Amino acid sequence: MTNNDAFVSLADVSKHFGSVVAVDHLSFTINSGEFFSLLGPSGCGKTTVLRMLGGFESPTTGEVYIDGVPMSEVPPHHRPTNMVFQNYAIFPHLNVRANIAYGLRYDKIEKAEVARRVEEALEMVKLPGFGKRRSNELSGGQRQRVALARALIKRPKVLLLDEPLGALDKKLREEMQLELRALQESVGITFIFVTHDQEEALTLSSRIAVMARGKALQVASPKDLYNHPVSVEVADFIGQMNFVKAQVMDVRNGEALLDTAGLGKITTSASSDFVRKGAAIIVAIRPEKLLLSAERGSDGRASVQGTIKTSTYLGDRNHIYVSVDGCEKPLAVATPEAQASGEKPLDRESTVWLSWADNALILLPHD
Amino acid sequence: MIETTIEVSAPAPRSRSWRGRLYAWYLSSDALKGFTLLSPTLLVMGFTMCIPFGIMVVMSFWTQIGFEFDTVFTLGNYAEAIEKPVYRALLLRSLTISSICTVVTVLVSYPMAYYVAFHVRKRKMAWIILMTVPFFSSYLLRIFAWKVILGYNGVINSGLKGLGLIEQPLAFLLYSPTAVVITLAHAWAAFAILPIFISLEKIDRSLLEAATDLGDGPVKRFLGITLPLSMPGVIVASLMIFIPTVGDYVTPTLVGGPDGLMIANLIQAQFGLINNWPMGAALAFDMMLVVAVISLLYIWLTRKAMENIA
Repeated sequence: MTNNDAFVSLADVSKHFGSVVAVDHLSFTINSGEFFSLLGPSGCGKTTVLRMLGGFESPTTGEVYIDGVPMSEVPPHHRPTNMVFQNYAIFPHLNVRANIAYGLRYDKIEKAEVARRVEEALEMVKLPGFGKRRSNELSGGQRQRVALARALIKRPKVLLLDEPLGALDKKLREEMQLELRALQESVGITFIFVTHDQEEALTLSSRIAVMARGKALQVASPKDLYNHPVSVEVADFIGQMNFVKAQVMDVRNGEALLDTAGLGKITTSASSDFVRKGAAIIVAIRPEKLLLSAERGSDGRASVQGTIKTSTYLGDRNHIYVSVDGCEKPLAVATPEAQASGEKPLDRESTVWLSWADNALILLPHD
Repeated sequence: MIETTIEVSAPAPRSRSWRGRLYAWYLSSDALKGFTLLSPTLLVMGFTMCIPFGIMVVMSFWTQIGFEFDTVFTLGNYAEAIEKPVYRALLLRSLTISSICTVVTVLVSYPMAYYVAFHVRKRKMAWIILMTVPFFSSYLLRIFAWKVILGYNGVINSGLKGLGLIEQPLAFLLYSPTAVVITLAHAWAAFAILPIFISLEKIDRSLLEAATDLGDGPVKRFLGITLPLSMPGVIVASLMIFIPTVGDYVTPTLVGGPDGLMIANLIQAQFGLINNWPMGAALAFDMMLVVAVISLLYIWLTRKAMENIA
């Protein structure tokens, strides 16, 4: 099932609603068998993209291709896609079995075969024996499963999922994420998943398109997005990040000398075009890449002194906010729970040292 | 923790006055609160409907003798209502005309309600009000308007003649059951449009998209989703037209002609010219019973049908 041909592609697609530009010259490709997420804040155009793939909106300009076929003249009911709607859209006048079999009504399949497939689908979404229930007798998670089974029974080439886990509580959501991932791997269908939850996108996806203002800011694997964001906006949206302004003093042999606001003068490897002598850039560092210690480290790593301002307790770890002279905002430092409650408690206003590995710094263009 | 709550709550009822207890009882009973809300309506209904209704029930078991009532209990009136061919024929005709009228009205109203619910984006309410404009004029006026339209030298006949499509005016248009059906359908359209519109408006649009997504073209989607989900509106519309039109006597009197007379005309005559009130009352209850049975049967059948499609 998995091959590297572009299976779904958007070619310079724009969508205007009146004067509002929902999707702005968007182009990307999705491979067959991928779990692809569209991630972005509400209003970024991700749902519009999904609806254009499903055929419920038509692009103002550009073309959508699925399996090499241009979709502009294919009505939604003839597209090789099926959708799991945000509110699940379970037909209230039909029971679970009839809901799941709905898409097969006119498919000239024998009754016994339909019944067999429905049972199989119920089995797959772990709802055996629920066939006779009505939608109002189902919980949110069960509805979501019915919607999934109903869409998958059509054996689509592409399954579109519009924030299907948004209405579930956190625990159920995490459970469903694992199931969804396992399901996708077992059926091998291309999943296109819309979400505003970056954690969810990171957990589920093989690749993610981060969207804002109708544009794709970056399309990459979760790992690349986290470790190599291309802009401040992406870095800010994916996980937590500290940003420090910096000036490029010199670039030589792929090494850049930076004068940072707060972290002092540092040398780091730099290969990007925007790191030119004299350019203003942003240095980003993840909270978990900063190391907190009471004394100045002796391992020769770059370090800077700061004062503890506040801390937030997150269960498995603490985020300690350390204000450093020259930095606009206190830097967040992630420390394991044990360290914070260790032998020497870290009081407010106590002086600490922050250190980091050289490769922990991410250089981003100033926007 | 538990002990304290018991201590706090246990002595409370004892210290409360009877008024307090009555109030608490009132607050805890949904049924009581419901009846309180209904009470103005219940009072009006009690006085203006139940009492006259009761009088009519009692009267239907009496006998008219000249200008006096014989108050001895008898089922004679009912026996006559069922046995006499003219009563049976008129009741049957009323039911037939009303049924046709109901079907016609629902069929005509459904597309209108559908259009407003699904294709009008702005000012839906204005559209609905426009559709009820005929109700702004008097019922009689509307019937007379139809007389002008359907008459021997009316709008339709002269129009068709002018176009050369017919040589003789179409006589069946006025003073016929057709005229009664047309007039009633027009008069009651708003009662069909509103419930159908509301039930269509309530349909979640994502359900329609889901049906399309699962491979339904417009027709299949209508039959699979829109129609079943709007059935409650259709049922209400049907009953709201069928029940009152069976008993209508103004329209048949004015546009029905001899072939368009209905049971209500006869009932009216019993209370008027014929002056046999007990017979009129018995006929009215006979009609009511038949209409009630048909309505319940209709509700039961549609419900069964709805269950079967799932």
